[in-house]
Amino acid sequence: MQRIGVFVCHCGTNIAATVDVKAVAEALGHEAGVVISQDYQYMCSESGQNLVKDAIKEHNLSGVVICSCSPRMHENTFRKAAAAAGLNPYMVEIANIREQCSWIHKDIATATEKAVILGRAAIAKVHLNAPLTAGESPVVKRALVIGGGIAGIQTALDIAEAGFDVDIVEKSPTIGGKMAQIDKTFPTLDCAACILTPKMVEASQNEKIHIHSYSEVSDVKGFVGNFSVTIKKKARFVDELKCTGCGLCTEKCPMKKVPNDFNLGLDNKTAIYIPFAQAVPKVATIDPEYCIMKKTGKCGLCSKVCSAGAIDYNQEDKFVEEKYGAIVVATGFNPIKLDKYDEFAYNQCADVVTSLELERLMNAAGPNGGTLLRPSDKTHPHKIVFVQCVGSRCDDSKGKPYCSKICCMYTAKHAMLIREKYPDTEVYVFYIDVRTPGKNFDEFYRRAVEQYNVHYIKGMVGKVTPKADGKIDVQASDLLSNEQLHIDADMVVLAAAIEPDKTARPLATMLTTQMDTNDFFTEAHPKLRPVESATAGIFLSGACQGPKDIPETVAQASAAAAKAIGLLCKNSITCNPCVAHADELMCNGCSSCEKVCPYGAITYQDKEFRMPNRTIAVRRVASVNPAVCQGCGACTVACPSGAMDLNGFSNKQIMAEVDAICK
Amino acid sequence: MQVNENKDFEPVIVAFCCNWCSYAGADLSGTNRLNYPTNVKIIRVPCSCRVNPMFILRAFQRGADGVIMCGCHPGDCHYTSGNYFARRRMTLLFSMLDYLGIERNRTRVEWVSAAEGAKFAETMESFTADIKKLGPNRRLEDLRCRKQ
Repeated sequence: MQRIGVFVCHCGTNIAATVDVKAVAEALGHEAGVVISQDYQYMCSESGQNLVKDAIKEHNLSGVVICSCSPRMHENTFRKAAAAAGLNPYMVEIANIREQCSWIHKDIATATEKAVILGRAAIAKVHLNAPLTAGESPVVKRALVIGGGIAGIQTALDIAEAGFDVDIVEKSPTIGGKMAQIDKTFPTLDCAACILTPKMVEASQNEKIHIHSYSEVSDVKGFVGNFSVTIKKKARFVDELKCTGCGLCTEKCPMKKVPNDFNLGLDNKTAIYIPFAQAVPKVATIDPEYCIMKKTGKCGLCSKVCSAGAIDYNQEDKFVEEKYGAIVVATGFNPIKLDKYDEFAYNQCADVVTSLELERLMNAAGPNGGTLLRPSDKTHPHKIVFVQCVGSRCDDSKGKPYCSKICCMYTAKHAMLIREKYPDTEVYVFYIDVRTPGKNFDEFYRRAVEQYNVHYIKGMVGKVTPKADGKIDVQASDLLSNEQLHIDADMVVLAAAIEPDKTARPLATMLTTQMDTNDFFTEAHPKLRPVESATAGIFLSGACQGPKDIPETVAQASAAAAKAIGLLCKNSITCNPCVAHADELMCNGCSSCEKVCPYGAITYQDKEFRMPNRTIAVRRVASVNPAVCQGCGACTVACPSGAMDLNGFSNKQIMAEVDAICK
Repeated sequence: MQVNENKDFEPVIVAFCCNWCSYAGADLSGTNRLNYPTNVKIIRVPCSCRVNPMFILRAFQRGADGVIMCGCHPGDCHYTSGNYFARRRMTLLFSMLDYLGIERNRTRVEWVSAAEGAKFAETMESFTADIKKLGPNRRLEDLRCRKQ
């Protein structure tokens, strides 16, 4: 029989005004096993806690029931107090008589009656409580960053700075991500490459940072502090360690008609390629779809010219398994495909481009060397129309319901850059709203309008029609003057919505993290835990969590790094002791529990059992890894033999509460 | 369906609430001083998937007049998928109870988020009203369990 102490809190008048606390303490004092029942004004105050501590020592209590506010508020406070008095903290139960009784009821008699019943339920539960010990699990002092864009690079640099090893896994042959493709950045108009490439070099030269380029995460096992990740290093048919990045092979390669994905297909590259001059690592990669040697077995020119002997046509995908304490997701974004937007003639007309394509067309390292020319006939455009919100803020299934956030600003940037460089070019921007919150952002947009005379027109573009003379007819409505407009444009630029990278969803499944309906990763709390996922040990960095511009991405990347460092600094982490456990004598090894476990915490072991007839039988029984189990209890209900139970919320405890309430 | 005529009938109602959403929603309705009947007594469980159908049968056996289970909205489960399991289990249990002749309104599943204090109070209000209309649970109560 437990020796239980009951402590009823007045919470000033919060509880005492509608619940007769003295009567509650009196009534609960008569319950079986209760050796002391007291009331006090503020149980959570220091003197209130001392009251509990003294009672535990004086009456040698084995269980404590506090009738007070919600356990979500002060459960930890009272557990700590119990622990300080030498009682196992999990022998404390809270009866919630404030949020769920005094605050919602007005009649003192019925509220008091309910408070007594809630107290009885807690007493009934405490009778069946067992001391629990929180286990500890060690932390591997190494972090994994998935994605090597500016978010991933910044996170990796910050973690490395704190002295921890960090691996970057990047799916393309070079790190740098979207920022490497951008020409200039808003609102300062400094060159993106000039601020990004030093960071890329810094990452590659930092001895704590290990870059797995042209690699993917293929499997994730384990849990916070101890993830086991399989990284697939895709065959690039070039030995990374031998290749010096001289680029001779790319000059000699006879296959020169490969669409250049770094320039978004606006020009061609060779079958063996280095994505761009400042690529990190600067290592060539062979595209086996186009390589003549890979397809026909006849060529081998790159191998002949390579003085380093780095070419290896027989290279195969390699799988590396590594252990990590923390994982940061920085998978970034992509512009949406515009296949469904026939009205903008994106697929029919080469001179209708997306903003990211324009970025390449204007980039000094781009296909035209920085001169803005129409992709179709390489002539200088004199009239350019920008269309905003293509696929953003859409209520139909074609686009995305959210605002892509960055488009208003980069369009203002594009318009300004074009007007600056080519004053004879007229620029029109069709918008629904111009959204420019942010430091120096609205000033920037106003400069585009006032100083650079960009024509901003509130209205929607209805149809874009390529004409025989090479011009493009843009049909639009001006909502402010209520006029129908026709503009004879030379180029049309579509501000396509951005969406999370396609690799994000399978990754979320591997990591058991949550995503919203748009495939953005969900943060643990939208305000208070914005860079953590709900899964312990997984952090979020950059646009994989929501549309973001570069400064915000970098800020979040550093925040995610700080959170990861906080975890890596610990030698071990305390686990939640309220986890499932299997009664091996009852378990029949049916696997029902394993199938419902969202964390993969349940495995099976063959164990020897001594049978009543003195023989030894080997049976397959479930075994729960307490460090992985999060204590949801799905397995306890799935178990057909009742072998699974949950510490702290056992079948018997819950039934006892049910009985106490129904009596 | 019979309608209970006894106006003084005060039903016993057990509410299972998941720790992360519905229990927090219940706390919020308290914080906002949103009144709902005293008949409702809440049992905290880590997740709606912890609610064994046996608990619900036990409650009826011990004389509860109605049982409601609340969890996070589908897709929002703290444990990723727990409420989907709970939803299936309850669908099966309720169809079995229906087969046994237990009124459909005696049991309910409701998704209440931590932000829906008002919804929690409204749900409890309407559920209690439903049970009051149905009258006492006679069919599943085990009279041997009744306290003297």
